[in-house]
Amino acid sequence: MNSKLIYLDNNATTPTDPRVVEAMLPYFSQFHGNAASRNHPFGWAAEKAVDNAREQIAKLIDVDSREIIFTSGATESDNLALKGVYEMYSRKGNHIITLKTEHKAVLDSCKKIEKMGGEVTYLDVEADGLVDLSKLENAIKENTILVSIMYANNETGVIQPMKEIGELCAKKGVLFMSDATQAIGKIPVHPKELGIHLMAFTGHKMYGPKGVGVLFVNRKNPRVKVTAQIDGGGHERGMRSGTLNVPGIVGMGKAAELAMLEMEEEAKRLSYLRDKLENAFSEQLEEIYINGSLENRMPHVTNISFKHVEGEGLMMTFNQNIGVSSGSACTSASLEPSYVLIALGLGDDLAHSSIRFSLGRFTTEEEIDITIKQVSAGVTHMRDLSPIWEMYKEGIDLDAVEWSEH
Amino acid sequence: MAYSDKLLEHFKTPKNVGTLDKSKKSVGTGLVGAPECGDVMRLQIEVDDSSKIIKDAKFKTFGCGSAIASSSLATEWLKGKTIDEAMTIDNMDIVEELALPPVKIHCSVLAEDAIKSAIADYQSKNK
Repeated sequence: MNSKLIYLDNNATTPTDPRVVEAMLPYFSQFHGNAASRNHPFGWAAEKAVDNAREQIAKLIDVDSREIIFTSGATESDNLALKGVYEMYSRKGNHIITLKTEHKAVLDSCKKIEKMGGEVTYLDVEADGLVDLSKLENAIKENTILVSIMYANNETGVIQPMKEIGELCAKKGVLFMSDATQAIGKIPVHPKELGIHLMAFTGHKMYGPKGVGVLFVNRKNPRVKVTAQIDGGGHERGMRSGTLNVPGIVGMGKAAELAMLEMEEEAKRLSYLRDKLENAFSEQLEEIYINGSLENRMPHVTNISFKHVEGEGLMMTFNQNIGVSSGSACTSASLEPSYVLIALGLGDDLAHSSIRFSLGRFTTEEEIDITIKQVSAGVTHMRDLSPIWEMYKEGIDLDAVEWSEH
Repeated sequence: MAYSDKLLEHFKTPKNVGTLDKSKKSVGTGLVGAPECGDVMRLQIEVDDSSKIIKDAKFKTFGCGSAIASSSLATEWLKGKTIDEAMTIDNMDIVEELALPPVKIHCSVLAEDAIKSAIADYQSKNK
């Protein structure tokens, strides 16, 4: 790949840190053992490496290492938490509460649970992307067993009021699960302090490898159990069978260790660059809108709507060398714009006009400067081409136009 | 998704971007699509009164790369054609020329709609 490529899509996946790759390498051929082989040095070496990684990850989120269940990634962890709780706690109730802005791994697991006979409430969020706590409280019923609310949103970076939600769940006696994929390793996350009982995350969004994830399952007060969704040799305390991905787990452990050391400095650096990007667009361009709460959000993400410019078209002006994501329908096969932005109350037109910039550990200031230049030029080019920008400039009320919807 | 060179060429240096005076009797304007759907095309033709040949065509499009390329190509094809010839432009011709992937076929449909709509506008002005 061209070294001049600029990667601002770190919420999709992060590059594996070279230090992580280095830590993983011995576990492919040199120490290739199965961590479940308890009777020879090959197995012992693998088990030791897994134990060490479990400690590193437990330390990052300040939990007991026995509370870390390894999976193949956050999608599997979400599935295990939701379906596992639904099955395990079916005698207590069958109602789950979640948000409309959750990741598909949560939403589609919930849909499956509905098919299995469960009841799911999909709560709206406010215009800033945050859940209204009184609405959440009102939604909790006698038969509610679980509240599933993501820590930080993947599209907007908005951080939910986790502590307050945790307190509410404790008060009501329901379990609290969180998909924390976008927050882990980037900001301090301590589930025990927040009252989170189950928490899903993955290696490849924290500079670790793909194909490895974690489900944190609280062991004490309350002791939480989930019904396994993958059956086999009874690995991971019977909650997730399957030979452990030792190199992947070692890599995720190393990534956790690095995140702990570097997270604080990194968050400051990234929020400075993110703010620089936003401020430059605000100064150079008219009619731009930053989506989601500006107060409660991750340091490295911004989601911006460039009004009267279609997101995918805009991306095409700079995607030879800059990688970002768009909420535009044209980037997905479904032809529907981002459901997350729609849930924030954005009109379809602004949702189609959105671009997500997610910065990361390897983003430089020079890259941000180039991005500002190229994206601003792209927006100007696309607006010169846009009939609705021309109409807007002429003072035509676009809402009053009778469009021929197709 | 990899795009064809022709599509990229029309996207990067679109032909015939602009606005014709829609109040003129010789100009037909077609405005199709909706901002909510993520694409709006405005295509205009100017017809020579005596020869009935399209002497100019302009467009502006809000949309993805395929929508912009489709409308740019449409204006290129329209220039020099008679109204009757222009009516025969089929969306599948655009699909073929730009090698549009299946999810982008609607962009070509929109371009054909824009052509038909501009012609209808011209004809209603010149009954």
